This record gives sequence, structure tokens and C-alpha cells, in this order.
Amino acid sequence: MKLVGRVWKHGDNVDTDAIIPARYLNVSTPQELAHHCLEDIDPTFADAVRPGDLIVAGENFGCGSSREHAPLAIKGAGVGCVVARSFARIFYRNAINVGLPVLECPAAVDETEQGHQLEIVLGMGQVRNLTTGRVYQADPYPPFLMKIIDAGGLVPYTQRRIKDRET
Amino acid sequence: MGMTLAEKILAAHVEPEQVHADQFIEAAVDVVLANDITAPIAIREFEKLGVARVFDPERVVMVPDHFAPNKDIKSAEQCLLMHQFARAQGLTHYFQVGRMGIEHVLLPEQGLVGPGDIVVGADSHTCTYGALAAFATGMGSTDIAVAMATGRIWMRVPETIRIVYHGRLRAWVGGKDLILYTIGQIGVGGARYKAIEFVGPAIDSLSMDGRFTMANMAIEAGGKVGLFEVDDITRAYVDGRTLRPYHVHRADPDATYVRVIEIDASQIEPQVAFPHLPENARPVSQAAGVRIAQVVIGSCTNGRLGDLSVAANLLRGRQVHPDVRCIIIPGSQQVYLDALRQGLIETFIRAGAVVSTPTCGPCLGGHMGVLAGGERAVSTTNRNFRGRMGHPESEVYLAGPAVAAASAVAGSIAGPEDVLS
Ligand code: SF4
Repeated sequence: MKLVGRVWKHGDNVDTDAIIPARYLNVSTPQELAHHCLEDIDPTFADAVRPGDLIVAGENFGCGSSREHAPLAIKGAGVGCVVARSFARIFYRNAINVGLPVLECPAAVDETEQGHQLEIVLGMGQVRNLTTGRVYQADPYPPFLMKIIDAGGLVPYTQRRIKDRET
Repeated sequence: MGMTLAEKILAAHVEPEQVHADQFIEAAVDVVLANDITAPIAIREFEKLGVARVFDPERVVMVPDHFAPNKDIKSAEQCLLMHQFARAQGLTHYFQVGRMGIEHVLLPEQGLVGPGDIVVGADSHTCTYGALAAFATGMGSTDIAVAMATGRIWMRVPETIRIVYHGRLRAWVGGKDLILYTIGQIGVGGARYKAIEFVGPAIDSLSMDGRFTMANMAIEAGGKVGLFEVDDITRAYVDGRTLRPYHVHRADPDATYVRVIEIDASQIEPQVAFPHLPENARPVSQAAGVRIAQVVIGSCTNGRLGDLSVAANLLRGRQVHPDVRCIIIPGSQQVYLDALRQGLIETFIRAGAVVSTPTCGPCLGGHMGVLAGGERAVSTTNRNFRGRMGHPESEVYLAGPAVAAASAVAGSIAGPEDVLS
């Protein structure tokens, strides 16, 4: 899958309260959550984000709570992929599970600015900065995770396994 | 090859019983947990799986604690959804308001978790049970849905960091100070994807409450789990309490650690973590004088009886500063009752503090003490991210119950000695 989009750039340790503040956790659909995505660190984001836009961030993106509302809010906002130097463990897992593409690619992060255009070829983990012309290779997914990604997320993956067990 | 404590516990839950760091495994789980914020999504995903029943109604635990007692209509509907699911599935351990507590205070207290268990919870502070040598870790709702359905979970076996605490703790220094100091040293990503083993002489004499506090904040260093070895203090806590037989595992002497950190705990002062990251820890002597509007003493980090006793020792016979709202939240109904019997609740009320029914409440800016723009709070909770306790322009300073109570009296950040002298 190829994604092309405009970059929203963030620093290190973007936490889950920043991605979706707890005061909005009394709802849980991606559409409702998207209205408040990243609100406390960038109040303009939820209105200005366009489908296919990309988030590029530093270390430990998604640290903090286990709230799956965080990747759901980002997905609901239409963001195509998050590229970071590194991800917090639970966020990374949640993103894979709900089908939000995430890539670890420190070199691309370091040389990408707010507003740049990126092209991402997900299966290959290739990140091309269309603004600067530079190309980067993201860390590959472990083979086990690839099985979940290929299935379309943890629920379809598990559905298939449950069915296999029954037959 | 020798195994770490984390590897030992995980190995006991797979076939054959040998694992190593970095391996992907599928393990049987002992307990699965969700709360009023995470259960609604977990239930939605569970229903998609096409499985009629949870894998074991005695091992799926649900606790309405974050926005309960219901703070608004939407929260009420989330709690109702969870309650209906719990009833339909016949869950033994659904804790209605009145029997409820903050999940991570409640589960160990009620004997639902024991040494050697694997516990997965749709809450990042599930790692609290590492204090009991349970491999307990937080995950998202979809993972929990799958664990509820199958009783199994996939995991990557983490590498382990061993942290050794030497020396004796100074007066008024507790588990919170040790863990804040440690996160200050290694950073909020310092244990990312890793297990931590907390060991050493200073740990051997630490109370169960202090160990729960430390394990609770392993996630604040990015850790997957923070583990303590089983000793007499652990046994005194779990014997006669855990509802199932437990299993004691120990790290092998030749286990492989990715990093060993030695800390002289006798040098550690009471700590305060400045906004907006738990790693911004400083000794309280370098934090004095910051004016505050609110103090919160409670949460899954410091809402146990030992924590309330420390706070009461400082508030007894003193008054909360007139400009400060001091909010004290026992972590469970049992903690509340014990505090009542010991006279702590009266001490708090006489000092001018307010005592709440158990809830997460202000810890996540939910209710019962939300901050206005520009307000600062000292809180015994575990996160001081921007906007965590309310307005994005408010500030949270993390500390243990001693510094929190002393600050409530002083009206600004203060150490216990400042108030006593
Ligand atoms: S007390 Fe705070 S950190 Fe603990 S479970 Fe509740 S919201 Fe989470």
C-alpha cells in the first residue's frame, strides 16, 4: 500500500493524554474521538488535518496510558501513518491491532519538517520525502506482527484462528 | 541458559517451559482486567470475534473506577454497558460502586492476583501486580478482547533491567521517592519494552504498599512490567488472601540482564517530579516554595493504608493551608474502612481536607478535583503530562504522600521536615 501525505511534526514523548485527553474518554468511536485528537498540544490539528496526512514524531510516541482511544483518534482523524523514532510499547501494539500503520524510522524523522510531503510504501517500509527527495528504509516488522497486519488487525486474525480451530 | 524472573514466569505459561528475551510467545493468562473506559471498546471487539462466552467468568475482572461513581451521562452509559456485559457473562468479579475500589488497589487486596500469575489488563498500570511477582502488564482493549475470548495472549518476551537499591532509606522516604528518583535517572523511555527487577537491601525492607507504588510506575519508564521477588513480606500479604494457589519463581543466578543499575538509596531525599514528565524528578529541597492550589493523595500509586497513614502523621494537629484544596481518596472500600477505624479519616477532616469515596477521579482529570488554567497541584498519582488533571495550562507535581501532606499544610511545595520544624 502506498500513502502520500502532508506531515504534522512532533517532538519526543507525545503522550496518550496529549493524543486524546482523558476528559473525552467517556466516548469511544473514532469519529467522536477525532474531534479532540492532539487538542492540548495543537488545538488547530483536529480541524486542519486532511485525510491521508501523516504524523512524524520523535522518541517514545504514545507513552502513557493503554487507551486504545489514542490510535483510534488518530485513525479517526484520517491520518494515514505515524512515523516515529520509537514508539511506546502499548501504543505500538494497539496501533497494529486496530490497523493504524506505524513505522519506526529515525533517519526519516530527523530530516522531515512540518508540512513536507512524504510517500510511504508500507509493505516495503520505504519512506520517501517528496519535498527533499531523500529515501529512507524503516525497521521491518517482526514476522509475527506481519501475520496480524496481513490479516487486517488482531480481530480478523483471531477470528480466522478460532474458525481454524473449530474446523 | 539462566532465565530472569520475567522469563521464568512466562516460561511457566508456555510449552515447552523455556523462553528467551525477544521471542514471540502465546501464553495462557490467569486474569484479564478491564475498566469503565477500556471495557466498552473491549466488549465491542469481543462481540466481533464470534465467541459466545468469555474463557472463564472467574478470571475476567471488571471495575468501574475511572469515572465512577458516574460523573456524567456518557460515563453512566459506559458503566452500564460494562455492567450488562458482566451480568450476561456471569462474571464473578464485577465490583459495583459500594464494593469498588481503584482496580490496582482492589485486585491484590481481594486476592485476585498472586505470585507467578500472568495478568493482562486494559489499563497501563496493570503492572502494579509485579509487586507480587506476577507478570502483569497493560494492553489495549482489542488485546483484552482476545484474551477474554481465548484465555491467551501473544507477547514478545522482554529483556530485563535489574535495579539494585543499596543502603537504608532516610526518614520520610518511601517507594514513591525511589521510583521517581529512578525514572529521573533512566528517563520515561529508559525501560521501554523491558521488564525491570527491583532488588537490594533497601527493597528487602520495603513494605508491600511501597512495592506496589514502585511496580505501578514501571510503565512511567516505558517498562512492560516491574517485578519484585517473593519474600516474607510478600507471603505475609498473600497468604490467606489469594483465592488460588500461587507459584514462586526466582531469577536464575546466571540470568542475562540487558543492564544492571546500582543505586545508593541512602542518598535519596523525598522527590518531586516537575511538569510535564515523571522523569523531571528533583529532591524536594530543590523544589521548595512553588505555590499550589490543590493536593491529591490517593490513586493506584499511593491510595493504600500505608500511604494514608504517612499523610495523617503530618496532618494530625495541623491545618491545610487556606488557599489549598486537599483531596484524599482511599483506594478501596477496605482501605477506607481501615482508615476510618484507625482514626485517619477524622484526622483528615479535622485538618480541613476532603475525603472522597474510592475513584480514579482527579488522577486523570475526570472529576472530584479538576484543575483550572494556571493552577498547580502536588499529587501522589503517577502522571504529570500536560492537561492530565484538567486544564492544559495547569501543572501537576508528582510526589509521595509525605511531601503531598506537608505541601498541603505549607501552601507550597514543602518537605516533611519543613512542616515539622
Ligand atoms: S488511579 Fe489514575 S493511574 Fe491509576 S488506574 Fe486510575 S486513572 Fe489510572
